[in-house]
Amino acid sequence: MRDLVLEARGVVKEFGGLRAVAGVDLTLRRGELRCLIGPNGAGKSTLFKLLAGVLRPTAGTIRFKGLDLSRLEPHEVARAGIGIKFQVPRVYDRLSVAENLWLAANFRHGRAAAGAAVERALAQVGFGERREATVAHLSHGDRQWVEIGMVLAAEPELILLDEPTAGMTRAEARRTAGLVREINRRATVVVVEHDMDFVRQLAATVTVLHRGAVLAEGSMDEIRDNATVRDIYLGTRRRARG
Amino acid sequence: MRAEPAAWAAGAVALGGLPLLLSPFQVVQLTVFMAFCLLALSLDLIWGVAGILSFGQAAFFGVGGYAYGVVGINSGSTALALAGAVLGAALLAALLAYFTFYGRVGAMYFAVITLTVTLILHQVMGSTADPRYAIGAARLGGYNGMTNIPSLALELPGRAPTVLEPVPLFYAVGGLLLLVLVLGRALVRSPFGRVLVAIREDEGRTELLGYDVRWRKLLTFVIAGGIAGLAGGLFAGWGNFINPQVFSLSQSALVVIWVMVGGRGTLYGAIAGTLVVQSLTNYLGAASVTYTTVLLGLALVVIVLILPGGLVPALGRLLSRLAPRPGRALEVPP
Repeated sequence: MRDLVLEARGVVKEFGGLRAVAGVDLTLRRGELRCLIGPNGAGKSTLFKLLAGVLRPTAGTIRFKGLDLSRLEPHEVARAGIGIKFQVPRVYDRLSVAENLWLAANFRHGRAAAGAAVERALAQVGFGERREATVAHLSHGDRQWVEIGMVLAAEPELILLDEPTAGMTRAEARRTAGLVREINRRATVVVVEHDMDFVRQLAATVTVLHRGAVLAEGSMDEIRDNATVRDIYLGTRRRARG
Repeated sequence: MRAEPAAWAAGAVALGGLPLLLSPFQVVQLTVFMAFCLLALSLDLIWGVAGILSFGQAAFFGVGGYAYGVVGINSGSTALALAGAVLGAALLAALLAYFTFYGRVGAMYFAVITLTVTLILHQVMGSTADPRYAIGAARLGGYNGMTNIPSLALELPGRAPTVLEPVPLFYAVGGLLLLVLVLGRALVRSPFGRVLVAIREDEGRTELLGYDVRWRKLLTFVIAGGIAGLAGGLFAGWGNFINPQVFSLSQSALVVIWVMVGGRGTLYGAIAGTLVVQSLTNYLGAASVTYTTVLLGLALVVIVLILPGGLVPALGRLLSRLAPRPGRALEVPP
């Protein structure tokens, strides 16, 4: 299976007595666009951190292009070709936009090519004119764009986005959906999101998480027609009683 | 940024002219201050630029001083002794950095560990009063210290070494300080230096971008240790003497104060802070004020309260207000 990019098998993550992720299987093919959705506390963010190599699974394996992620140091995960955008933008506040992007581009492209990669990413996120702006002075939505720009500047094979539209206006979120579809032409993309409008705009395969496990998987229409999913999202008590 | 070479040239000219304006005593004083400036600069490199607070720069300074003494007394060569000072301190830094950075020790623990190592050295060197504690001809001397350390001398091939008189010594130490400053600034502005700033700002994020921060921190710490060792060697050669006082708690804190007063992250701040604090100490001492330390402490508190970022960044802000242009604020704000 050469086109298999990410393969998670029986992944479990426990924090003390809490089982945040309870046996997840997930496979991603090259070029795929996948959304992870689920109610609060479903284990989305924990799974995201496991896929990003930030957390190590209590049990199970996660392989990226055949590499066991749990055996890699944090910097080796990025070097293997995974790019991450956090829920709360994790950017260098006191540096300029261009410096932030340069830091992301430099390790992957080397000094000579980093400049060109930064220019491409600046153009993609529309920061050409504000390249010298100090990131701390930007709005929350703009900081999200800076981090997306950092991911783009590194040009990774697998891109993980944790709630990329948090703090964005409707118009900005629409623009982000367009950008995510565009970057999906060159990279495999996983998006964790609970903005359903945004997920619909992406037209991706959706994986629904609930209580740390995969509840359903399919297109947005299939998911919408799934009675169990509707139950969870509408919060009906029927299941709890029955 | 083209202003920077101009500033260095101005600094070199000022350095050249100072001995003509100052009294011989002041020249000798300023020489040792410049050695301290090197020590402060080494802390600013590791703390101000890379964000790693080392409370143990005094340890590398002291090890450099003792290494200079031991090699100098046994070989009689200034060059070898200075090389020994740099290498000895760098080696200790490498050892410490390897176990802490690769062991992923937290920042606070790291500061405590460096301070502990310094205080251990204080104890160990203090208990070497017995004559059997000697390396070759160099007696360590316990709390009385190591004496008869050879002065810094100019060694040219084919000629007998000439001990540097106060004014040439001033130029030698000043020249070394300027050289280290120029190299340090080049390092800070290089791609490597930009990654160091990223480590200071958010170490975890920098790792996730693909940088192995461990060897970068180790290398920076070793360079800083080597510079502190050089400073210690110059200090020992300047005074022909070194004792365990260099490893004391107050000496360790003083280095941190120099950098804090001057402002972190620019390297210039470290130099300015050292000169200001040491001059103030001297002035208060000479005015035979009874409570020198109390007054000095008060002055430091006032400086830190009024200018929380330190002297040099405050000066930079003032200049950029007078002549506005897009600047980079890479110094550390309070």
